[in-house]
Order: sequence, then structure tokens, then C-alpha cells
Amino acid sequence: MRIIVVGNGMVGYKFCEKLVAKKIPGIQISVFGEEQYPAYDRVHLSSFFEGKDITGLELASPSWYRENGIDLHLGDPVQAINRSAKLVHTFKGFVKHYDILVMATGSSAFVPRIEGVEKEGVFLYRTIEDLYLIQSYAAKVKTGTVIGGGLLGLEAAKALIDLGISNPHVIEFAPRLMPRQLDEVASEMLLTTLTGLGLTIHTNTNTSGILGKNQITGLQFADGSSLQTDMLIISAGIRPRGELAVECGLETGMNGGVVVNNFMQTTDPSIYAIGECALYNEMIYGLVAPGYEMAEVLVTHLYNMMVKPPLPAREFTGFDMSTRLKLVGTDVASFGDPFADGENVRNIVLKDSVKGIYKRINVSADGKYLLGGILIGDATQYNLLLQTCKNKILLPPHPEDVILPAREGKKEEGAGVTTLPDDALICSCEGVSKLSICQSVTDKGCETVDAIKKCTKAGTGCGGCLPMVKDLMVYTMKQQGKYIRNVLCEHFDYSRQELLDLVKLHELKTYDAVLNQLGKGDGCEVCKPAVSSIIASLWNEMILKKGNDTSQDSNDRFLANIQKGGTYSVVPRIPGGEITPEKLITIGKVAQKYGLYTKITGGQRIDMFGAHLGDLPFIWSELIVAGFESGHAYGKALRTVKSCVGSTWCRFGLQDSVSYAIRVEERYRGLRAPHKIKSAVSGCIRECAEAQSKDFGIIATEKGWNLYVCGNGGSKPQHALLLAADIDSETCIKYIDRFLMFYIRTADPLTRTATWLNKMEGGIDYLRNVVVNDSLGMAAQWEVEMQSLVDAYQCEWKAAIENPEIRKRFSHFVNAPDEKDPTVQFEPLRDQKKVANWK
Amino acid sequence: MTQQKETALESDRWFAACRVEDVAENGGVCVKYGDSQIALFYFTRRNEWYATQNECPHKKQMALSRGMIGTKNEEPKIACPFHKKTFSLVTGECLSGDECAIKTYPVKVENGRVYIGIGQNDVS
Ligand code: SRM
Ligand SMILES: Cc1cc2nc3c(=O)[nH]c(=O)nc-3n(C[C@H](O)[C@H](O)[C@H](O)COP(=O)(O)OP(=O)(O)OC[C@H]3O[C@@H](n4cnc5c(N)ncnc54)[C@H](O)[C@@H]3O)c2cc1C
Ligand code: SF4
Ligand code: FES
Repeated sequence: MRIIVVGNGMVGYKFCEKLVAKKIPGIQISVFGEEQYPAYDRVHLSSFFEGKDITGLELASPSWYRENGIDLHLGDPVQAINRSAKLVHTFKGFVKHYDILVMATGSSAFVPRIEGVEKEGVFLYRTIEDLYLIQSYAAKVKTGTVIGGGLLGLEAAKALIDLGISNPHVIEFAPRLMPRQLDEVASEMLLTTLTGLGLTIHTNTNTSGILGKNQITGLQFADGSSLQTDMLIISAGIRPRGELAVECGLETGMNGGVVVNNFMQTTDPSIYAIGECALYNEMIYGLVAPGYEMAEVLVTHLYNMMVKPPLPAREFTGFDMSTRLKLVGTDVASFGDPFADGENVRNIVLKDSVKGIYKRINVSADGKYLLGGILIGDATQYNLLLQTCKNKILLPPHPEDVILPAREGKKEEGAGVTTLPDDALICSCEGVSKLSICQSVTDKGCETVDAIKKCTKAGTGCGGCLPMVKDLMVYTMKQQGKYIRNVLCEHFDYSRQELLDLVKLHELKTYDAVLNQLGKGDGCEVCKPAVSSIIASLWNEMILKKGNDTSQDSNDRFLANIQKGGTYSVVPRIPGGEITPEKLITIGKVAQKYGLYTKITGGQRIDMFGAHLGDLPFIWSELIVAGFESGHAYGKALRTVKSCVGSTWCRFGLQDSVSYAIRVEERYRGLRAPHKIKSAVSGCIRECAEAQSKDFGIIATEKGWNLYVCGNGGSKPQHALLLAADIDSETCIKYIDRFLMFYIRTADPLTRTATWLNKMEGGIDYLRNVVVNDSLGMAAQWEVEMQSLVDAYQCEWKAAIENPEIRKRFSHFVNAPDEKDPTVQFEPLRDQKKVANWK
Repeated sequence: MTQQKETALESDRWFAACRVEDVAENGGVCVKYGDSQIALFYFTRRNEWYATQNECPHKKQMALSRGMIGTKNEEPKIACPFHKKTFSLVTGECLSGDECAIKTYPVKVENGRVYIGIGQNDVS
């Protein structure tokens, strides 16, 4: 039996893959593809512009087709179908007989009728070929525009930015962006965010013509206005490629889709259609997941035609069109019925116009079920909400909790992975259920996400489900009583916590000693900084001591942050943000002398940028003479303890927050930890020092201090939680000692305190028990250990400039120590300078 | 004494870069050769020397000499300090993502001096 597949796109390929896996005896498969390349991942097409080459996008290599007996013809489109003789005629002149014909011809970009679309510089956005053309054209021009403000159009606009067109325009006919997925408020929010990213968006705009002689020079709009542009990408929707079907008389829809039934069968029983060319129930499914489902339905159907006993029948009954977009710079998702409204629906909306967050969920009137929703700005809950919606899982008593950030002390209330039913579809691209993921862990011994990906294919499509896959894996392993080992890298079979205990037990003090005794191989850029940080946390010795210098992360190795262009920044410590006029003058003079750009940082101190490697020791010598110390801005170490002016000047101040901030900063300066640590002290609850966003924050009360812990700014901001209230200064220090030691001992590498707490079973209550009530009986030991670290402190910059061996490393050329890197280039900026952009 | 990359051609010139003790153990330094920059690494743990271009192809930064060396499945590699893209020290191939490969040079050590082999066409 010969099966011919027309089209070697994503769905055509998936059909082949699923079909050969069924090992049906006696079938021969031929594939004709119009494009020159074997099927590739169109969904991630844009990553081409981020440097991925096309073999990286390939779904299977040409040898895969050979090995599976598939005869693959590329660059050879089918031009006609002779249904009565069951023959296809191809461009290269083949005439081939089929028993079963599968059309997987996808769709093409829809080109609206605008005068001048044929001009040079006008492109579509669908194939690798399109991208090559766009890429070479964009290299020659400065401005670019996209017609179409939908999913694809916005992606194309982002691609233009990647290609160096700094301010692309997007023209949308409708009054808002992504009208099919988003409501008005959501579109508005998205528009603001995208404008911030550098896009100029014109809604309600109808393009009437393309200006220019042979080449495009601009767009003419119906309202009489115009826009100058050097190139244009048209992304105004898709049209199913049903031209072959029309010609051979199959039933097609208005815009060309090939009409199919529940088994993907067209009006000719020997011909099937799947993917974006198939019209099911008057609907074209323009996403890859439904296409894959169609492929599965058809493979099952063909199997049951040819093999006994049959598999359970499978029918296509429509598909959920929920999507989460991979728009760069913001999260956008919509699921279920995003627009559900009316008497029987409760709409719950959360909107934060400053953060650009909008969340809308539509809930049944009785508050029990989730009908759909929209997420902008933060779509972390997308997967769970989608599952809750699709599986009709009961919502918690206060349904709004599912979109609210977790409240103080409480775990997230929404449905966790554990509450999902076994048949919940976790990976919709590949159709993998919760049960099969759990079984891959229990029955097939998969214990890494990669193993599960290989075994079940979950997460190999858009990748959006990977966090859930990981949660399921961890959950299943825990249920089996398995201890989940979070090992460092291929050189160490230990978690950071285990390694720290061992390094301490064996009193190891160099990276090599740790590697020799506890690891294998020669180390790498993952374990070197992690082990170096452990050694520093345990012994607080000078980090550049011989033998440990080259195992430091680059910034630690040169005691400064490396910047674009390869120069460094210099950040002296300014405890509590308090500084004398004399010191300010020193900073000014040093910056002047070495030609540095200066800026007040967000951490209440002053950063000097653009220092050549060779200048660093000289700069620091001058700073140290003036009484400055290293600010550890480069280290996974204590950064700043910010303060507000406090009771010494402020009419509301309850305590002297500046003095206390200085005390705290001087106590923990130089302390190395799994990640950087920040703190702040506010003189009253007005909180001008923003203490509640810090790893530990202190706020004055009438009676003393409130101590908050595990806050975070950064990309996932989180408020700190109250650990202890109304404590005196000594108790507060004691608690911070314990808290920091506990963190240093148990956190994974590069985990801030907020993330550490989020993973801690029992949360803040457990942490409070350990720190305040000493439930582990470690408090006394930790306080002693902290004191010895405090006593061992020395300014590492001072140590570095005094040691000729270390100092020698601060030159760019080993064989020309006095020469600076000639490739470093600056450009003027306002009254200072900046580094030249990277190429 | 070690010498890698036997492919060095007859016409190669051996350029005296520095002395052994000038190079950080298990680390790198940058060598000036005319207008070019070469990163030289002393993988002390394996007693091996490597040399590559100093420029990281990712963002064209003169930085590889300041990166961290290590191995991936026994293959010696260098991680760029900027975004930690890694490259094989032996073949120059990019081991993370799809940056293009970096140039590598043979190295020999004689009487405490480190020499880098520059092919005629290697460095302009
Ligand atoms: C200079 C400064 C920006 C400024 O001009 O104000 C700055 C500059 C950098 N920040 Fe920052 N951060 C600065 C204040 C902050 C703050 C504000 C604060 O501390 O009050 C935050 C949010 C608070 C927080 O950390 O929770 C902040 C959150 C980050 C993050 C995100 C951390 C997170 O947990 O998500 C990173 C990335 C990281 O560490 O992995 C980061 C990383 C960086 C790095 C080190 C990126 C890098 O590796 O090159 C930047 C170094 C620039 C340089 O060359 O020196 N910076 N950074 C600020 C220095 C403060 C200081 O005096 O030391
Ligand atoms: C830039 C971009 C981003 C996208 N992002 C997403 C996303 O995030 N999520 C998502 O779900 N979907 C996304 N999509 C849509 C997704 O790529 C499609 O749904 C999917 O590719 C459809 O697969 P298909 O096989 O039906 O069609 P295609 O992948 O288009 O394959 C059809 C193939 O058939 C060939 N062909 C046509 N006619 C003939 C003929 N007569 N003879 C031989 N060959 C023929 C075509 O040349 C083509 O190679 C995106 C699409 C693009 C272009
Ligand atoms: S916010 Fe980003 S760009 Fe700005 S200093 Fe911090 S790390 Fe650099
Ligand atoms: S510049 Fe080297 S990794 Fe980015």
C-alpha cells in the first residue's frame, strides 16, 4: 500500500514520524515537499535571527527519512492530482500512484490587495527562504515596517529589531492588537509594553498603497497620511493552501481550506488532509498542536484500516486554541474562552498599569469553574490555569486567589500539579498526559527532564510545559521515596549543601584540593565558581590566593564587573549610603584622572565605569588611601545596606537607621554566599529605604526593629516576610547571623534568599522556627561561625594591590604589560563618555 | 613539554610569547602579536598548553583569555567571561549554541619559554 504525503512541513513530518513508529507491515511512504529543506521547526523560525542556523531547526535529518524507508523528494511540489487514476504529477515530472494521499500543504501568508505589493523590499514571513531574503535586505536599509498586529506580525517586528532596525512600525487594520486573542484592556497594555520596547504601533490604519518606483520607499494610508519605510513585511494572516484540492474537485471552504471529517478524510475517501490546510467544522487551526493531533488521528485511522486488532478509535473533535506567546519582553497568553462574558459569567480582573500586568479570568457564576482568561505581563500561572480550565477542576473558595501573587506565609492556593487528573494533557504539542509523564518516571526510570523529553517527547515542541514536567518528575520521585539529588555538574556528584559539609569536614581550602578529594575530571565554569564561593563562605580567606584565583568567576578574579568592551567598573563601599564631602571629592578626582564615567547607583553608592584592566590597581590604591574599601559589587557577597535618613533628621524617624545600616553593612561586608545579598534599614514604616524588597530588611518601630527576610527586586520581585517584630538591636543582629548562616549552608548555587524560601518546605513558619526558636539547635554554632567570618574580614582590594603576584594579573597583555587593549572604544555621551556598542 | 595540533605547517613561525611563570596556573593570559591578540592558556592540571584567538565570536569581545577553563566530557574548553559561551580548546568548536568556531594555535614550551605557532595566513 503506497501512501503519498504532499508537503513536508511540521505536520507532514509529524505524520511520518508517528506512522513509522506504528510499524505497519507492507506500507511504502513517499513525501513530496516544495521547499528545499527537510521539515523544520517553523514555530521557532525567528530564532534564526538570534543566530540559530537552520540545521538547528531541522526536525529530522535526511538520513532519518532514509533509515525509515521514506522516499523524500525536496524542491519538488506536487502540481496536480488525478483522482480517478490515483496519480500525482510533480514539478520535476514524476508521476506516482497512491493508495492513500495525505495533503499536508499548510498555509501561506495572506497578501491583502494593496497596490504595489510586488515591489522590491516587500516580504512575507513564513519560510526559511523568506528569512534569508529579509536578512540580506535588512542589512542594506535603516527603517522597516510590518503590516499586521497579530501574533506573527509582532514576531516579525521583533525580528526586525534583531536585524538592527531599531524602531520598526507595525500597522494594524483593527482598532487593537491581537484582536483574536485579547480584549481591549489587554491589547492596550500590550501596546504600551511594546512601545516601550521600541515598536511604533499604528492601529485603525488601513494601508492603501505601497510607494516607490521599483523599490518600496513608503506606505500610503487610506486616511491620506503616509509613512516612509525602506522595507515591509506583510503578515496579515494565513490562507490555507488548498489550490490542489480545488483543482481536483475536492470540497473546499471559502478561503481554500480542504474540508475534512472527524477522521481527517476529505470528500474523496482515499484523500486526507491534516494541519493548516485542513478545514474542520469551518475552522482552520493555525497552530502546531492541533495539527499534531490531526496527524495522530489519521495515523490511528490508517492503522485500524490495515492492522488487527485495532487500536481504540480516535477522532478529531476540535482543539483548544489557547496560546502562550513567545513575544520577547513580555508574557502574553490567552486560554479557554478569553472573552466569556454575560450573566452566567463572573469576570475577575487584576490590573497593574505600572508593571504592565493584566490578568482576567472568566469564572462560572457559581465560582466553581474556570472558563477562560487572558494573561499579560505575567503568565507564570498559564499552564496551571489552562489545566484547571480544560479539566474542569474545582476552583478554590476564593477564585481570585489563582491570579493573585502568593500571600504572606501561604503557599499558592491554586491547583498544583498534584491535583490534576491522570489524563490531563501536560504537553499539548505532543499530546502527552500527566499519567505518561509520571509513568516514564516510575516504569522507565527517567529521573531528569532530558530523559523524560527523550522518552515521552513532552516538552520538545514549544517547551512551555517544561516547568510542569519538572514539577511532576519531582513529585513522582518524592512519592516513590526517592531523594532528589541536585548535583552540581559532571565533575561533582554532590549538591551544594553536601559539598559544603564535606569541604568543611575535610577542611579543604583550595579548588584543586576539593576537586582532587571530592570530584573528578578537570572542573568547569559551573563548579569552579560554586566551589570557590563555598570556600570563601567557610573560611573567608583572600579569594585570589594562589591556586584559587583562576577558579573564581571572571568578576571575582579581577575584583570588578566586566562590561561591554572589556573594561571594568569600580564601586567603593559607601556603608549605609553615608559619605563625607572629602570622599566625594576623592571619587570625583579619581574618576577625572582615569577618565571614568560616574553614576549614582540604585544601591546608594557611586559607580565609576570604563576602567581599563591595567588601571584598576592604581585606581584602587588612590581610593584606599582615601579610606575606601571594596564594595564587592562584583561578588556573590553582601552588596549594600541602604538606609533612609532616619531619626537624626527626619520628623517621622523612630530610630537612627543610618547608624544601624552602617553597623550592619560593616558587620557583613565581604561575606560570600550562594548569591548576592542586599539589605536596607528604614527609620519608620514609610519605608523610604525599601527594606521590604531586600534579602533582609529592617524597619524601625516604636520599640525597636522589625526584621523582614527573603525579599527580592530583580526580574521576579517579591516582598520580604516578617521574621521577628519589635526586637532590639542585638537580637536583630543575632537573628541575621543565624538567618545568613542557614542560607549560606543550605541554598543551591545562584539562588537568592527569596527563591530559597520559596522552595523551603514549611516556608516562613519553618524558617522562623529555625532562626528564632532554634529548632535545629544550630543557633549557637552559627553565631560563633559568623563571628569568625566577621573577624577574618579584610578588604580584598587592599590585599590585592599589596601582593605583587596578584597585581601582576591586572594587565591586558602578558607581553606588553603597560599597553591597554587597543580595541576598547568609547564615544562621547552628554558630558561624559560611554562604551561603543557591541558589533 | 607538550605540543598540540600536529597540523602546524612547515612554514609556521614560532613566536616567543612569554615565560611559563607569566601565565596563571589553570588560567589564561592575552598575548600581543602585532595588531592581533591571542589567548594563551596553561591547563596546569593536565599539563597542557593551548592558544586561541582572544576575541569571542559571540559579541566580538577581546575577552577569552580572561575566561575560565575546564572540561566537558574530558574535552578541554574555555568559557567566555561575558555570557559563558564555551569553546573547545582543541578544535575551537563552539560547545554551547551556534557561535562560529574560534581559531586555535599550536603551543610549545622550551627552556621555560612559551612559543605560539603562527601560520602564515593565521594572523593578518
Ligand atoms: C550599578 C547598578 C545599576 C545602577 O547603575 O544603579 C547595577 C548594575 C548591575 N547589576 Fe544590578 N545593579 C544595581 C542595583 C540593583 C538593584 C537595586 C538595589 O540593590 O537596591 C537590584 C534589585 C534588587 C535586588 O537585587 O533584589 C538589582 C538587581 C540585579 C539583578 C537581579 C537579581 C535577582 O535576584 O533577580 C542582577 C542579575 C544577577 O545578579 O544575577 C543584577 C546584575 C547587575 C550587574 C552586575 C550585571 C553584570 O553582571 O554585569 C550590573 C553590573 C554593572 C557594572 O558593570 O557595574 N542586578 N541591581 C546598581 C549597583 C548597586 C550598587 O551600588 O552595588
Ligand atoms: C514565524 C512563525 C511563528 C509561528 N509560531 C507559532 C507558535 O508559537 N505556536 C504555534 O502553535 N504555531 C506557530 N506557528 C504556526 C505553525 O508553524 C504552523 O501551525 C505549522 O507549521 C503548521 O504545519 P503544517 O505542516 O500544516 O504547515 P507547514 O509547516 O506550513 O508545512 C506545509 C509544507 O507543505 C509545502 N507545500 C505546500 N504545497 C505543496 C505542494 N503542492 N507540494 C509539495 N509541498 C507543498 C509547503 O512548502 C510547506 O513546506 C508559527 C508560524 C510561523 C510562520
Ligand atoms: S538592570 Fe540590567 S542593564 Fe541595568 S544595570 Fe542592571 S543588569 Fe545592567
Ligand atoms: S561575548 Fe563571549 S559569550 Fe558573549
